[in-house]
This record gives sequence, C-alpha cells and structure tokens, in this order.
Amino acid sequence: MSGGAAWLGPEEWQAVLLSLQVSIWATLAALPLAVFVAYALARWHFPGKQILNSLVHLPLILPPVVTGYLLLMVFGTKGPVGSVLQQVGIVFAFRWTGAALAAAIMAFPLMVRAIRLSVEAVDPKLEQAAATLGASRLMCFATITLPMILPGLIAGTVLGFAKAMGEFGATITFVSSIPGQTQTLPSAIYTFLQVPGGESAALRLTLVSIAVALSALLLSELLARRAAARMGGR
Amino acid sequence: MLTVSLRHALPGFELDVEFEAPPGVTVLFGRSGTGKTTVIQAVAGLLRPSQGRVVLNGNVLLDTERHHCLPPHKRRMGYVFQEGRLFPHLTVRQNLLFGQWFAPRDASRESLDRVVDMLGIGPLLTRRPSGLSGGEKQRVAIGRALLSAPQMILADEPLSALDEARKAEILPYFEQLRDETGIPILYVSHSVAEVARLATTIVVLQDGKVQRQGPAAEVLGDPAIMPTGVRAAGALLEAKVVRHHSDGLTELDAGGVPLFLPQITKTPGSITRVRISAHDVILSRQPPEGLSALNILPGTIEQIRTGSGPGAIVSLNTPAGRVLARVTRRSAQALHLDPGTDCFAVVKTVSIAPEDIGGGG
Repeated sequence: MSGGAAWLGPEEWQAVLLSLQVSIWATLAALPLAVFVAYALARWHFPGKQILNSLVHLPLILPPVVTGYLLLMVFGTKGPVGSVLQQVGIVFAFRWTGAALAAAIMAFPLMVRAIRLSVEAVDPKLEQAAATLGASRLMCFATITLPMILPGLIAGTVLGFAKAMGEFGATITFVSSIPGQTQTLPSAIYTFLQVPGGESAALRLTLVSIAVALSALLLSELLARRAAARMGGR
Repeated sequence: MLTVSLRHALPGFELDVEFEAPPGVTVLFGRSGTGKTTVIQAVAGLLRPSQGRVVLNGNVLLDTERHHCLPPHKRRMGYVFQEGRLFPHLTVRQNLLFGQWFAPRDASRESLDRVVDMLGIGPLLTRRPSGLSGGEKQRVAIGRALLSAPQMILADEPLSALDEARKAEILPYFEQLRDETGIPILYVSHSVAEVARLATTIVVLQDGKVQRQGPAAEVLGDPAIMPTGVRAAGALLEAKVVRHHSDGLTELDAGGVPLFLPQITKTPGSITRVRISAHDVILSRQPPEGLSALNILPGTIEQIRTGSGPGAIVSLNTPAGRVLARVTRRSAQALHLDPGTDCFAVVKTVSIAPEDIGGGG
C-alpha cells in the first residue's frame, strides 16, 4: 500500500481509493435489486413488463450526460427526491454517494442482462419440483434458482463493477469532479489531461485502471469456474 | 381417500372429470393427450383449473367456488416426474433430503437409511445427478418424493422415458411402495402392462372425460373399455405361487386351476398378478388333448362382443376369474359359442408374463 502511495501522488491515490469505494458500494447496492428485476423479467408476466424492461435499459442507450443531468434534476438538493432526502440527512449531490448512485444506475442494465440470461437458463420445472417437495417460493429461489444462477450472477457483478469503475459522463455531470470528494479515476485522468505536465499522472492512473479491470476479470473467471464445478459440469 | 372433480379447457377439448382414489394405487389410464397430466398437475397444485375441487383425507386442497387454492408447497404431494427433475447442483443425498427440510416436524417420515436400502441407491449418495443413468435418476426421484413425508405420491408416467430393461427395474419399486408404505399413489400411465402390474383402482380417461372407474380386475376385464383397442384387451388374475419346478417353470394356483409360467422370483405362498392377453387365448369346446400348451382353464361363456371387424371378444367365467379370448366371428359361429356355453380357454405357458411390462401401450 505504501509502495503504491509512493508511486502515486496523494491526489492520484485518493482518486483510486475513491473509485474503488464508489464502485464497490454501487455494485453491492444494485445487486439485490438487479437480481429481483432480472428474476421478474425472466419469470413473471405482469402488466407494464415492457415498460420496466425499457426503463432498466434506458441508461444504456441515453447519453451518460443526459442521465447525469436527470439525476441532478431528481436527486439534486432542489430536486423532488433530493429535497426530501436532504431533510432526513441523505445528500447525493456533489458527494461520493452521488457518484455511487450514478455508477449504480449506469451499471444496473448490464447486471440485469447478465443475470436475466442465467435465470432463463434455469428450467422452471426444477422450481416446480422443489415446490412439490414443500419449498415456498422464497425457499425455491434460495435453494434452487440462486445456486444455479451463481455463474451468471458473478459475471453480472464483475461487469457492473467494471462499468462503475469506468463511469464518467453521468458522474461528472451529477457530482462534478471535486478532488477527494467526487473525483473518481476517469474524472481524475480527464482533469490531469487538461493541465500542462499532467500526462505522466494520467498514464499512471491508466495503468491502475487496466490492473483493476484485469484482476476483476480474473477473479470472476476463477469464481465462475468454481461455481460451475459445483454444478457437476451440467 | 382423494376425491377430484375438475373442469378445464384444453386445446381441442374440454377436460371434465370426477373420480375417487381410494388407498392403494389409482391409475389414470388413457392415450396420450386425454388430459391425464393436467389432472395430476391440478392435484399437485402446479396448474389451477378453471373449475374444480380436490379433497385429500378431508383436507380441501382446491375449491374454486370458494376461491381456495393451496399452493403446491403446502399440499405435501410427493411428485415423481416423467424426467426425474433432480436438482443438478446437489448431490444425490442432498436431493433425497431436500423435502425433509420442509416437512412438518411431526410428520411420520421414512428414514433415509430405509429408503436408500429399499431403492438400492446407497452407492450413489455422494454423486451428482449428471452422472447417473436414467434408471438411477428415477430411483432417486422416487426416494426424494418418499422422503418428503408426503400424504400421497403422484407419479406422471415415471417409466415412459426409460427403455424396457430399466422399466422392469423400476416397476417393482412402485409395487413395494404400494405394498409396504401404505401411502396412496396416483399414477398416470398409458401402458396396459403397467396398469396390470400396479393398479388397485383404474380410472379410464378418454377425450377429457372419465369413461370408466373401478377396481382393477373389473375394469381390465371389460373389453369394451380398453381405450388402446382390442389388441390390448386382457384379463387380470390373482394367483398364489405354489412351487418352483426344476425344469424352470413356476406353478401357480389360480382359484384351484394350476397355471405354469417361466420361473419368477416370488417366493412360494405369495400372491402374484398374472395378465392373460386376449389374443393369447384359444377356445375349445372339448377338453383339449395332445396340445403343447400347459394352461387350460375350464369356464362358461358370459358374453360375446363383436365390433365392426371380423373379430370378437369372448369373456369366459373360470374358477380363476374372468378370462378374455379374441377369436374370429367365423369361429365363434362354427363352434356355436353362445353365452352360457361351457368351454375351455387354452393359454400357452409363455404368454403368461407378469414381468412383461413393456409394449402394451
């Protein structure tokens, strides 16, 4: 850690830590909801299903700046949701929590897509069989569906984490790029490139980005392989 | 006792059935596409019929009039599916114990050891379903259903995905369930041979309606109702094993009439079922002599049914029970076969085959 701190300047190191913090929180917070929405889209028929599906995918299609601006309008201190949350002490605008919110929303569609595919690959007949053996819907999910979608769940989580690490447009629009507060890796790289002589710092952060992305990918491969082995090579 | 009454629209026809399943094995019998699976799924709660009422031992599982529909996990039905449906991510042992996690604590339950022993799946316990053969999977599926402390076992053509040898391997386990556990079984099948081996009660379905229901011997002995056609007609007799002869034959006693068949595994003194297919029976007005056939049952003609073809089905009352014979109309006339006439049913030894469980359907 100290080696990294020595190699990176304090501002750069701050950006790396903040990005990790933002991305981990964004991914963890989005995961349960992503699993729920993926399951609902894969298994249930309900009115408004297409609307929900479009809504989930919206951040993937919209320009990130637009998403960031919408977030600012809704979750800003004067926005309809932001002003209410401010009264109970939750502020998103220009805070790291806002960066996490933006990252979570941008990562959400990717997570839902990956998890939905794996839910669709689980034969509903197995859930039926579990039900006849006495498992309630929730227990069916916990004991049959969840273990079987584990590889897809891991893939979706890593994909979401990578997206969160790389999120730039929505974040900078929503929470700006305040060093130590909201300046994540991509926004730090962008900022360094704007000032003369910042290229070497930008290059160092780029190398860190690549390292983080590669380790996440390797970890997910490893976990997915172990999960698949537990399935008995289905 | 299970009572079922259901109405449900299916593609092409309306399902409208009402039947009772007393203790023992009740077989829902009929061609494919007559609504058998729909009925069993409605009993399990996997399908909600547009109208219906299902009551098991006084517990109302479904009553559409009162908008009451117990979800499947509260019905405690041990369902054995056609394709096994074992959980691929669990070992055989975990599959077997799956239902026990959810069974009520006070439920009378089979012990794992006993079920594993009965089904001969001890060596498989640590393996995963992907490495099992079809027959092994189905044995584990039976065990899994049994260990969930079910109030009833539902089996939806559990042998249909297996080859003949595997069928012969699995069928005895259902006989054991029937004879040893006392759990009532609802069994869907389109195979006459399976029905003959297992059924205590038969409910014949045709085009979504119950065509006939009653005790097995009665329904099977009635040539008019065989939904799979005259070829499948045959009688069901119960016989006691007398002794095993050294020449490879087993001697049975059916109501005082000796019957011989290739050696079977049942011990002397036990009761076994024998199915005599109508087209394996020859009728003779005189006591036959000089025939190679060993089994001759004297009897009186009860009824002669003719259809549109050249054949006729003669039902004969014998001391062993009702026997059916398929003859041509011409020979029926030539022999003056009329109701009340005494005659002899000649059955070739090899044609008595309780172990034959294939074909039929």
